[in-house]
Amino acid sequence: MSYVVQRLLTFPLILLGVSILVFVSIRLVPGDAITAMLGTEAGLLTPAQRASLASYFGIDQPIWSQYLRWLSGLVQGDLGISSIYGKPVLTVILERFPLTLQLSLMAMVIALGIGVPLGVLAASRNERPSDLIVRVLAMLGQSTPSFVVGVLIIYVLSVWFGFVPAMGTFTPLLTDPLASIGQLIFPAITLGFAFAASVTRIARSSMLDVLSDDYVRTARAKGVTPRSVIWRHALPNALIPVVTLSGVEFGYLLGGAVIVEQIFALPGLGRLVLDAITQRDYALVQGTVLFIAFNFLVVNLLVDLAYVALDPRIRIGGR
Amino acid sequence: MAKMLAALFRHPSGRIGLVIIGLYLLAAILATLGLTPHDPLKLFAIDRLKPPSATYWFGTDLLGRDAFSRLMLGIRQSMFIAFASVAIATIAGTIIGLLAAWWGGLWDGLFMRIMDVLLAFPAILLALLIIAVVGPGAMTSIAAIAIVYTPIFARVVRGPALSLKQREFVDAARTFGSSQTYVLTHHLLLNLVAPLAVQVTLALAWALLTEAGLSFLGLGTQPPTPSLGLMLAESRNLMQHAPWLMIFPALTIMLGILGFNLTGDALRDILDPRTQGRQP
Repeated sequence: MSYVVQRLLTFPLILLGVSILVFVSIRLVPGDAITAMLGTEAGLLTPAQRASLASYFGIDQPIWSQYLRWLSGLVQGDLGISSIYGKPVLTVILERFPLTLQLSLMAMVIALGIGVPLGVLAASRNERPSDLIVRVLAMLGQSTPSFVVGVLIIYVLSVWFGFVPAMGTFTPLLTDPLASIGQLIFPAITLGFAFAASVTRIARSSMLDVLSDDYVRTARAKGVTPRSVIWRHALPNALIPVVTLSGVEFGYLLGGAVIVEQIFALPGLGRLVLDAITQRDYALVQGTVLFIAFNFLVVNLLVDLAYVALDPRIRIGGR
Repeated sequence: MAKMLAALFRHPSGRIGLVIIGLYLLAAILATLGLTPHDPLKLFAIDRLKPPSATYWFGTDLLGRDAFSRLMLGIRQSMFIAFASVAIATIAGTIIGLLAAWWGGLWDGLFMRIMDVLLAFPAILLALLIIAVVGPGAMTSIAAIAIVYTPIFARVVRGPALSLKQREFVDAARTFGSSQTYVLTHHLLLNLVAPLAVQVTLALAWALLTEAGLSFLGLGTQPPTPSLGLMLAESRNLMQHAPWLMIFPALTIMLGILGFNLTGDALRDILDPRTQGRQP
């Protein structure tokens, strides 16, 4: 069975597993759903009212039937109602998602824009001082969590330059592109920092691999200029691992946005997850977690397919 | 083990990593024994927000607590959570990966698909889901980080275990009548120590990072127990007046993660001759 077919077949299976895990976890929360929904007012209910509410929401059914009911809503885009916002969960998520998506994409552009040239530079100057400097910087970058970067950026901006980044609001990209990008630039640097370091390391080591290949030696022997050997002959092949890494990391960027949005007080999906958890809005926790995991899976699938397109060996051999 | 440590010490980045880890373990042990310069929970009311000095090496916080002593206790807390969670993840992941490879077929498919489901979540998100269910706290952090990293260990073990299973020496051992447990622990597991060691070290770096991240969000270790992430989060409102409250926790978190990353990379270099001198 070809790798692509196998990958496409397991995808819905994993998705089903993810939905079961999220559903069951939320059902494990101590206390019953009616008390969670009504808070202290639940104490005023008579047993009969409680029973009728339970039957209305279907929570008197066995868990597998509750799951099927929830799943059938899910495939129709019904993720339940958020108790904080009093709106459908999907509506709330879609309001918040553009910010997080834009933030993650910007972080990715920054990371690739810094990481690939630095990695290539280091590989082409292997073991020379500039290579060592890049390696040390990459190691430090990889060991610096986003919340440390974010706090330091805010410190430098506000204490040294007296500049406070806009917080709490967000201008959509389509309304005012410049303001929107300007508003997210520091959060995006924060989010992309460690990722830039991983890109640098992967780009360097994969470039070194490629530079020792026969075809590169042939190109050099033919008298192709060193610059052209690196950028035209070696780089396209060296980028394959970078593509894979980017796919995996993109999902982590979506997750990492939780912390960055918290630091910069941005109303994105990550903040939403945190608010949902601290305010015990379980429908919202369930919906947001599922939404992010779904995106993570889709991106990974796309990257795997892109990987196959870039590297024909996998199509035939499997891996 | 001793040979591995010696090799690590000869490796330039391994040496730096080991020294950092050593210092952190020392700080954690001293903090456990109560040997901090001051009582980390005691409020020195007249010495609030004092900058670093000979008495208070890293200054004092808003409540007049000694930041250096609190950092030592924070290191202990972080190291404890990191080591405990990685230990659980290593044991659980190794058992799952070994059994999946050994039993094969349906079991292999079932175990690894479950691991795939866990891997379908960005790490921090899965941890947050677990915290949403159980409620925040140090024990939840341990459980959450352990669950997040179990699938990674299962994958690291399963691949090599599958190929080891086909080797002649395993067949020979089974022909001689060695029990299944003996073959699994003595023939398979012993050969997996090298890849596991690398993974454990790198996982410790990640665990430190995740623990600090969770407590930074207020969802990890709960006050008044000091934790590195929470100290950093609390310093944000005071950064104008007391930058030392921000700088030292930030550096402590970074350096700890760096220590494990350097050691992990050095281990990978040493154990995999192909990458000698190649990994950054």
